[in-house]
Amino acid sequence: METVHSTTPLLALLASLIGAFLILFTGGKRPNLRELWTILAAVTKFAFICSMLPYVLQGKIVEYTIIEIYKGIALQLRVDTFGMIFALLASCLWIVVSVYSVGYMRGLSEHAQTRYFFCFALALFGATGVALSGNLFTLYMFYEILTIATFPLVVHKETPEAIKAGRKYLAYLLTGATFVLFSMGLTYYLTGTLDFAPGGFVAGHGSKELLSLLFVAFIIGFGSKAAIMPIHEWLPSAMIAPTPVSALLHAVAVVKAGVFCCLRVILYIFGPEVLSDLGLWITLAYFVSFSVIVANIIALTQDDLKRRLAFSTINNLSIIILGAALLSSQGIRGAMLLIPFHGFMKITLFMCAGAIYVKTHLENISEMEGIGRQMPITMAAFTIGAAGLTGIPPVCGFISKWYLCLGALEAKEIIFLMVLLVSALLDGAYFFPIIYGAFFKRPKFVKSKFDEAPVLVVAPIVITAIGSLLFGLFPDAFIHFFKLASLSAKNILGG
Amino acid sequence: MILEQLPALIVVTPLILSLVVNVVGLWDKRLCFPIVAVTLFACLIWAIGILWRVIDHGTIHYCFGNWQPPWGIEYVIDHLNALVLVSVAVVSLLVAIYAKRAVDQEIPESKLPQFYTLFLLQVTGLFGITATGDMFNLYVLLEIASFSAYAIIAMGERGADFAAFRYLIFGTIGACAYLLGVGYLYILTGSLNMADLTQLLPKLFYSKALLVGFSFFLVGVGIKMGIFPLHTWLPDAYTLAPSTVSALLAPLYTKVGAYVIIRIIFTVFDPSFSIKLYPVMDILGWIAAIGIMFACIMALAQSDLKRMLCYVIVAEMGYILIGIASANRLGLTGAILHIVNDMFMMACLFTVAGAIFYQTGTRNIYQFRYLHRTMPVTLAVFVVGALSVVGVPPMCGFFSKWYLILGTIQAEKWVLLAVLLISSLIYAILFFRVIENAYLEPREAHASAHDSGHPAVTLDKVPWSMLVPMLLIAAGIILLGIFSGKIIMHIIQFAVPESL
Repeated sequence: METVHSTTPLLALLASLIGAFLILFTGGKRPNLRELWTILAAVTKFAFICSMLPYVLQGKIVEYTIIEIYKGIALQLRVDTFGMIFALLASCLWIVVSVYSVGYMRGLSEHAQTRYFFCFALALFGATGVALSGNLFTLYMFYEILTIATFPLVVHKETPEAIKAGRKYLAYLLTGATFVLFSMGLTYYLTGTLDFAPGGFVAGHGSKELLSLLFVAFIIGFGSKAAIMPIHEWLPSAMIAPTPVSALLHAVAVVKAGVFCCLRVILYIFGPEVLSDLGLWITLAYFVSFSVIVANIIALTQDDLKRRLAFSTINNLSIIILGAALLSSQGIRGAMLLIPFHGFMKITLFMCAGAIYVKTHLENISEMEGIGRQMPITMAAFTIGAAGLTGIPPVCGFISKWYLCLGALEAKEIIFLMVLLVSALLDGAYFFPIIYGAFFKRPKFVKSKFDEAPVLVVAPIVITAIGSLLFGLFPDAFIHFFKLASLSAKNILGG
Repeated sequence: MILEQLPALIVVTPLILSLVVNVVGLWDKRLCFPIVAVTLFACLIWAIGILWRVIDHGTIHYCFGNWQPPWGIEYVIDHLNALVLVSVAVVSLLVAIYAKRAVDQEIPESKLPQFYTLFLLQVTGLFGITATGDMFNLYVLLEIASFSAYAIIAMGERGADFAAFRYLIFGTIGACAYLLGVGYLYILTGSLNMADLTQLLPKLFYSKALLVGFSFFLVGVGIKMGIFPLHTWLPDAYTLAPSTVSALLAPLYTKVGAYVIIRIIFTVFDPSFSIKLYPVMDILGWIAAIGIMFACIMALAQSDLKRMLCYVIVAEMGYILIGIASANRLGLTGAILHIVNDMFMMACLFTVAGAIFYQTGTRNIYQFRYLHRTMPVTLAVFVVGALSVVGVPPMCGFFSKWYLILGTIQAEKWVLLAVLLISSLIYAILFFRVIENAYLEPREAHASAHDSGHPAVTLDKVPWSMLVPMLLIAAGIILLGIFSGKIIMHIIQFAVPESL
């Protein structure tokens, strides 16, 4: 594979880091300038990442070594197809959420907005860093930065429950990070390298037992961030954070970083061969299937809209890991597609929940009956997102689900096909009552005449909803998610 | 010409000027600080000069008065102690600048000359311990450092005199143990020169007397560096000492002790003595493991920030011991890197504790509420230091921890690995408890965003002469992390004995 040396990956990272400090030093006295920095940083970052897209599509790798640490370890950025998917997703949605945040935070006149925007930018620095890392060591560094930078966002409200949620968040994620640190040390000890390679690099190192232990430690470590059951508890609690945080960080950056790392471990550290030799893939697949089903059943029982969405997130994250664990080319493609597509759809849903909260201060689904009359645009977007997650064409969720189902067939495991289908059915079971209630029931707690949220809140929702539709119709549009996913699958299985 | 004399200059300069400060201080107290600052700045230049020469030309040998070793006193500076020298010089200079205003509240003006004299004597001792290549000379300088420490700690708040006295008794027992060790070696070999001993000792490895001497060394230095269970003097002494003094002693004194232990185990005695002949490494490993867990739990129980940090030091010394106990290249690399990193981390945290005390008069963690409004810069520095101790990259603490972890994995010492990982989690609890108290303002669920009655957001009221050194130390923590690879490639890999 051809390698291009370029500083662009570094610049893409620095855009949000420098942006973060500009935000911090501008402070609360000039909010317009501060928000300008946020949006400017987001747009610059997206531009830098897009500028690398042509190289990556040609099968080249964009590389930049920051500094060498030790034999075989360097702080190194390497942009490959899979990293590109996540980087594009995070940086693209950051722009949307920045605009939304401005509308949301001002609409509610929230406190500590400087800290909020500062940590947000820092979290994005971490998330794109995770996406662009060329080896486990660099990845761990950004992973930790992401964890720490999100903590102030989770406790943003500073109510006793928020602080409790923050502690829970740290307890789960730092313990997970400790597992990762252990596995990273062991991997280096066994192989002498930490560089990701498509198809894995641990083959032939260490005994079977040791490799199995290593794999379990990795999955526990990164799985804590990917909210695999039973280590998911922090995610629903963290829904106490302001909605844009839940939207970007808990539907896109943080938990997606978790699954992204899990996929890196499965496909780029262990690789299909080792995992099928060890028979670990089937264990993992059964393990995450449990979360897939149980999370959806729990989601049925939630009345708080954000918590219901949180459990739907847990379900989708586990589906992504399930797709990768099947180790079939269609499954991998479907899993990699679901990362950005789920991001677009879930962010729409979260932003809708936020828009409803800004306008009506309602959080419970039972109180939202008839909201479709007051906020038709928001609820139309919600319908698109929900339909997509259920897997109804032509929304993009269908495409990824389709390939995941093909992947299950390709792996000759009908049971996982059943898991996917049952999960889609349950998706429908908990989304459609909301939509039905919103449009067809009489309003009890909301007005029956048109009264939408501020334009800065509604516009991003419309954009992501349209995005979800477009990616369903043209999965390879604009930023070539489809091609990137196919190339990654090919590299992993073929090379 | 002057380059040849650097090893002597770095000890002699602060020694002579400590006397000058005392005399000049009688005449005009305002002159004390500039003299100290210039002296330490000169020392920093000497130290950098030494390091540069060592990197270029290898080990430096310097014979005092041109008396040839093993009879004369010889200073031997290789990569290991050159690195320690530079770190000591940097930290002591920054702490000295910090001291100028920090002592305002804590030291009566009439005692300032004595304070600065002791400050310089302390640094003299630390430089000497690090530079010397002679076992007895090391004892002398250890006592210079210790005695100035006893006196300077006693200048602290109520109860400091008692803590200093307790420290004096412990410290003297430690010094006696060390001196007895030197005596044993001298009786057995007739030599006090380290390089000479390295040659002579292997023939005597099976002598029981040598083992007794070695044990005396471990106990003696162990007391000085505050290894569990010999640490009992440490929390009281460093908590009650003036903030500046804790900021000087806590990072440097214990770490120089750790350097001495590495020197004795790996240079004076051949590593095989502790690895193959006797289970020294296993014993050290267990002591470190128990000590870290004990210190972490004790730290959790503290509400006084400084006392909490004191227990963190005890745990950090355990980290260094783990690196030594791994007895391989990676572990020892981690231990040496951790000596340097920990100097900066502890300097960072103790100067922050001092600055908070300076502005608010409290060290109680539970009284830190709203502190982020009045001391934003100080707390930002604290966060950097805290994350470094917890082990979050790219702060330096992570990198040494990484090598320590690799060392334990390679040595297959799983208990030590578990201790390293678990203690990082306990550190996270420790430091996030402080961060939570200082940054978060618990409020009711739907309280209005415009709160009233709380202090407005302002810059710290701590003088710039204190803030700037703190910021520099924080920057140092991040830079040491990012450039740890360079430090290892150019310095530490030569400091680790070939035989490992």
